[in-house]
Amino acid sequence: MARIIGGVATTHVPSIGKAIAEKKQNDPYWKPFFRGFDYVHYWLAREKPDVAVVFYNDHGLNFFLDKLPTFAVGAANEYRNEDEGWGIPVSRAIAGDPALSWHLINALVADEFDITMCQDMLVDHAVTIPMALMWPGEKWPVKIVPISINTVQHPLPSLARCLKLGRSIGRAIEAYPHDLRVMIVGTGGLSHQLDGKRAGFINKEFDRFCMDKLVGEPETLARYSIHDWVEEAGAQGVEFLNWMAMRGALTGNVSEVHRNYHIPISNTAAATVVLENHEIPQRRAA
Amino acid sequence: MEQDIAGTIMFDGVQAQKGYALNRMCFSFNSAANRAAFLADEDGYCRKFGLNTEQCAAVKSRDVLRMIETGGNVYYLAKLAGIFGLNVQDIGAQQTGTTVDEFKAKLAAAGR
Repeated sequence: MARIIGGVATTHVPSIGKAIAEKKQNDPYWKPFFRGFDYVHYWLAREKPDVAVVFYNDHGLNFFLDKLPTFAVGAANEYRNEDEGWGIPVSRAIAGDPALSWHLINALVADEFDITMCQDMLVDHAVTIPMALMWPGEKWPVKIVPISINTVQHPLPSLARCLKLGRSIGRAIEAYPHDLRVMIVGTGGLSHQLDGKRAGFINKEFDRFCMDKLVGEPETLARYSIHDWVEEAGAQGVEFLNWMAMRGALTGNVSEVHRNYHIPISNTAAATVVLENHEIPQRRAA
Repeated sequence: MEQDIAGTIMFDGVQAQKGYALNRMCFSFNSAANRAAFLADEDGYCRKFGLNTEQCAAVKSRDVLRMIETGGNVYYLAKLAGIFGLNVQDIGAQQTGTTVDEFKAKLAAAGR
């Protein structure tokens, strides 16, 4: 049976892609962010995941406002990146796992999540930058199932809905009859706002509150409305929806084993966390 | 959606309808050929995508706040800003009426 080993959440600011291309990881501006990945590299080398289910938001590469799904699940053999228009290098392609994708799609729809299914899907920096951060080498040793959540055009799905989406994915992975080690990734955040007279808004206290509640009390976070989340975390802080879905997919005993938080990277409060997921023994025995 | 958070315009159905042409133009800037076509004839390019007078004027004057008021979404507008070599800190400074250095200092101060 497939096993969920844990989750990684990380900021996906486009300028990180430039910093990687220009090898600026040790520059004083970038070092406090990149060194937060030392532990992630150690953890991934130890845990050796086969597949990553990646919750992210598309910023206008694959989806435009003409047809914008609330939740879209990738079901491709390969996911390509393309020119996103703001000058970050185009990433290499990432291998998909269509069999797992269709298993998740079937389970989600059976569970009343009316998702969009994508056999052809470009992935933007919100997927490729976390991949490059987690595996800085020449090859990416995992396949992915990308799941896009609308954080662009309101109405957005609620935090509670994204937590439930994650839980549904978690149950489906546990029921997948193949020996796979699965990790969950949530990208984006934390607090930031790019637009309007409130541009540059960052809320350190609220970010810490979110990270503190994520493991043990995600329901507390799920009670916020999107409106209130924008007020507390900034207009683009709603990318936390991806973190909520990631947390939801960790269905066992969850613990935080790593956290890095640094302000600012570009306009954003940058955060990286690693959560471990351990099976609850009684459940499997029953 | 209530628009009651100071300095923030929620990109909801009202804004998305208003800004459709502007955002569609910005979406086209994923292609290098389209970015070059825009630079070769800005007004013609805006007209081709059906921007209204206000939106054309906002683009012409590089006025990000006006673009957002007229329905622009910042993720799409960032593609337009990129053509002029402006990043989100540059446009953050412009929107908040500060210099880029002041804007960066404000961000750094949020971490202390």
